[in-house]
Amino acid sequence: MVNRRSALSFMALGAASAVAVVSATFPADAANKVLKIGFVGVTSGPAAAWGTSNVRSMQTRADWLNEMGGVKIGADTYDISIVTFDDQKDPKRAIAGMEKMAQEGIHYVVGPNVDDGAAAVRPVAEAKGIMYFPYAFPKSLYAPPASNAVLGMIANYQSGPAIYKYLKEKKGVKTVAFVAANESDPLSQRDGGVAAAKALGLQVVADKDTYQNDTRDFTPVLTPVVKLKPDLLVLSGVAPGNAPLLIRAARELGYKGLISTETAQDAKVLEEGAGELANGFISVGGASTPEIASATMKEFVQRYTKKFGEYNDESNTKVYALEYILDTLKADPAAIDNVAEFKKTIDTFSAPNPFVKGGGKLKYVGMTSFGQKRQVAVPMVVNEYENGKFKTLFVGEVD
Amino acid sequence: MEQVVANGVYLGAQYALIALGLTLIFSLMNVLNFAHGQMYVLGGFITYLVYGRLGLPFVLALFASGATLAIVGALVEKLLFRSVIRRSLREESTMLLAAAIAFFLDAVILLLFGEKERGVPKIVNGVFISDALIMPYDRILIGALALAFILSFMLFMQYSKPGRAMRALAQDRVAAQLMGVRVDRYSMIGFALGAMLAGVVGGMLVVITGVNSGIGGPISIKAFMMVMIGGAGVVGGAIAGGFILGMMESVGLSVLHAYGDITYLVIFTALMVFLSLRPQGLMGKPWG
Repeated sequence: MVNRRSALSFMALGAASAVAVVSATFPADAANKVLKIGFVGVTSGPAAAWGTSNVRSMQTRADWLNEMGGVKIGADTYDISIVTFDDQKDPKRAIAGMEKMAQEGIHYVVGPNVDDGAAAVRPVAEAKGIMYFPYAFPKSLYAPPASNAVLGMIANYQSGPAIYKYLKEKKGVKTVAFVAANESDPLSQRDGGVAAAKALGLQVVADKDTYQNDTRDFTPVLTPVVKLKPDLLVLSGVAPGNAPLLIRAARELGYKGLISTETAQDAKVLEEGAGELANGFISVGGASTPEIASATMKEFVQRYTKKFGEYNDESNTKVYALEYILDTLKADPAAIDNVAEFKKTIDTFSAPNPFVKGGGKLKYVGMTSFGQKRQVAVPMVVNEYENGKFKTLFVGEVD
Repeated sequence: MEQVVANGVYLGAQYALIALGLTLIFSLMNVLNFAHGQMYVLGGFITYLVYGRLGLPFVLALFASGATLAIVGALVEKLLFRSVIRRSLREESTMLLAAAIAFFLDAVILLLFGEKERGVPKIVNGVFISDALIMPYDRILIGALALAFILSFMLFMQYSKPGRAMRALAQDRVAAQLMGVRVDRYSMIGFALGAMLAGVVGGMLVVITGVNSGIGGPISIKAFMMVMIGGAGVVGGAIAGGFILGMMESVGLSVLHAYGDITYLVIFTALMVFLSLRPQGLMGKPWG
């Protein structure tokens, strides 16, 4: 029997459904088509900061472009829709995420954020015709015969040698100690860093010290390392959440040398977690330091901050992937549903870099590292943290 | 060596305090509270908000963390666990409920406080330095505070009326009820106290180790390890488990660091061997 209360519930449900159907059928801006761009990466758990900064960068830029009337690709204008999937840093879920993207007809995906996830999705991406932009460093993802992955940032084996060389020449570094989390990404980054340091003639005094990624107190981990008094302590592949804790523990144990990493960090996190003990910490950044940020980058930071309440400096390196996808599609509209076209265009693509001063170019690189162009060219900005802010030490580039 | 021992004692005091709340809830209600780590994280974020963002005194922030988590714990017991325990005799029902609460709190904390690691200004500056030992003063203070909390908790459980009632409940729920102990009331107080301990220790440690929304799960796992070592449901066991784990970590990381990250491999192997010989832990009883 249908009573009055359940009848009202049915009516409310029906009304809500009708509104949903009408909204979906007649979008607010009926003139534009919709281009879905995917994200598969980690947005929960201890590594949530990595993927969240990706997603938020994409959403901020997409909203901005949509607000300006959409993106003109060939004869059509598109509103950009970001479809996200949290893989929880689990390769099995990353595969499920990539399958979902394929089901939604998406051909361009940003992520995953870590090595094993990026390796796991490769068969799905290749089978389903998806180009993906991981933040993971294994060369096998980008070197032939692989062809669907494009590295979305600078790899540690590209930035590490440049940083160590700079510190050797400018700061007189002779001895180095490496500390890494006991996970595949940080360990492979550590091994790459050790090889690069040795190639430069630096003495590696510690390369076995590791920690569980969920460690909260690093004093026991760093006590034996600090005793070795290295000139440089490298925090290989350190997560932004762990960096201030490691820096603080090292400094409180009396470590006086330099500390660096090849991953992107957030100034606010360093300030809150380590305060002035983080001064001098060297990391890889992106495009938002005053020395190189363009007006577009400054507006991006403002919009991101307005939308999400707080900017994340990691987004300086993550603002690029969506821009590359859209600009490449603009250069070759046939690639919108045909990744073979996209791959052809990669070799000749060039567009202005809107995020840095001085007329930089968006182009694909990677010939030296991978034997084919499967990496976005972003400025290799090496930053030093000082009293709550990053300042640019030097800017390099990858070929 | 002094440094290794000091690190171990400091870690042990932290761990023991984390494990106390978990073992209290288990002893009173036979509930494995998988959300204990998330309650710790919530306590850390409340201290971050009150002390780090609003600039109010640290003591007030700690009080806010403890009080908020006590209320959360009381509500969780009254509205959720009490109902499930009444309706289901299967132990996995409460375990599933606890896991659901953990996921729920994870999501809420991520939404409320974001994905970033958060930290607060130091409460004491400076570092104690001698030939054999380096220890920041804030760690010494937090270690001492943790020991004081552990002592206060033990005295409370030993000599206060609610403490005696909760001990009676832990020993024999039916007998306690027959003797006039109000089971529902003291179960709620016990759950609130356990959650409060998680909140207080989360608040205390945010000044040393910061807090982020994703650490709840790992904290719970460590707390379970301590409880397993010491014996489930035994207050003294949780304290012993905390100090043993802290010391094993400190010694392992110092002695075994040249062989890579095998400290936890050794700890887990030792734990498996130990539990196969003594499944009830150091101070637990084989019959529960």
